[in-house]
Amino acid sequence: MGALLILLAVVAVVVVWIVGMYNGLVGLRNKCENAWSQVDVQLKRRYDLIPNLVETVKGYAKHEREVFEKVTQARTAAINAATVKDQGAAENQLAGALKTLFAVAEAYPDLKANQNFLMLQEELAGTESKIAYARQFYNDMVMKFNRMQQVFPSNIIAGMFHFQTREYFEIEEPAAKEPVKVQF
Amino acid sequence: MYEQIAANKRKSALIFFFFLLMIFALAYAFGALTGMGTGGLVFAALIAGGMSFLSYWTSDSIVLAISRAKPVTKEEYPFLFNVVEGLAIAAGIPAPRCYVIDDTAPNAFATGRTPAHSVICVTTGLLQKLNRVELEGVVAHEMSHIKNFDIRVQTLAVVMVGIIALLSDWIMRSLWWGGRGRRSGRGKSGNLGAVLVVVGIFFAIFGPIIAQLLRLAVSRKREFLADASGALLTRYPAGLASALRKIADDTEPLEAANKATAHLYIVNPLKDIKGAVNKLFSTHPPIEARIAALEKM
Repeated sequence: MGALLILLAVVAVVVVWIVGMYNGLVGLRNKCENAWSQVDVQLKRRYDLIPNLVETVKGYAKHEREVFEKVTQARTAAINAATVKDQGAAENQLAGALKTLFAVAEAYPDLKANQNFLMLQEELAGTESKIAYARQFYNDMVMKFNRMQQVFPSNIIAGMFHFQTREYFEIEEPAAKEPVKVQF
Repeated sequence: MYEQIAANKRKSALIFFFFLLMIFALAYAFGALTGMGTGGLVFAALIAGGMSFLSYWTSDSIVLAISRAKPVTKEEYPFLFNVVEGLAIAAGIPAPRCYVIDDTAPNAFATGRTPAHSVICVTTGLLQKLNRVELEGVVAHEMSHIKNFDIRVQTLAVVMVGIIALLSDWIMRSLWWGGRGRRSGRGKSGNLGAVLVVVGIFFAIFGPIIAQLLRLAVSRKREFLADASGALLTRYPAGLASALRKIADDTEPLEAANKATAHLYIVNPLKDIKGAVNKLFSTHPPIEARIAALEKM
């Protein structure tokens, strides 16, 4: 009788422990998904801003066709990226193209004084830093999630229920850390 | 981090109950000496309960009102909103509301009860003088105060300790003037005089405890901690360091700040007062020490 009770107690403890581990893993997976949707929201916001920006710059600098094409292409590539890794590469391209666009804008004083352009520039700079922060938060969550799947003993539970590690969202650090500078 | 949050919640509860007790004792003393009998107990409980809950729920609005801060929209201050929203994402909390104080002295503070009910307040001077990375550093520092529940302790400290200090000050003064009035022959109710004497003694005893509680609540260590966790959010400690230097180099005092709210700000806004006494009661560590700590990261 006593032995049976002890056995039952041990089983109960093990079950509670497995449930706790499992729920922890599911919680982290949901946090990763939530963090990724934050990144996604900001990326979409940037895609929405770009056509406006291109139109505004076009009004003052008609001859810079190459630059506009490069930006538009990079934007399309970024929208169509399928995996987290591709997305990172495409965003790098886009960031580079935008940098060129702003460099070109420097040569047009009228454009730099345009209220609409200044607003778009601030919005874009704000969105870029939000992307950087959302990415940072996502990567932190992914790190926690992946670590829980790799360390003992939670790796046993993760293996049992086929949890999969997630990819980090990598963007070249300098481009992301130093968004388009805006001085007031 | 979690210990910090638990400690802050404990401290908030301590301030809350201390306040409840003080107001109850005060109201009870008043009731007893004006001959209300057992009714005085109910009266005291009602007053104490009412005042405590009112100050808990409205403390952030009171602090914002004292500081003459105004709510602003994204259309007016896109730069501020973008930075605040970005760092809220980084911290994983809902974006706090934004308030602005119209003053050229650069400074900032955060207030509220929980991360979901929080406010970040900056001066117009701060927005003019800092660039994006510097403003991000300052907002990240405030965001850490919000995440740690420092805002709850600090805001309660301002309002509740402030009310007690104000009452004690007021009673001491009326005691002084009341005493003079009697001596000059004008008749005053002896009962009321007795109440004030008792209350005055009461506050004379508890005054140092109040001061100690305030110092406890606004421990200077938390500024270093917020600097460090702010740097963890932006991953760029140099931004905050440069912002702190700019704020410290600005010699203009912030007009809307006073002794009760000074500890809320990122840098002590009362710049004109100097000396040993001020250092003893200083709520902020020296700027140079904070910058050195940031540069070592």
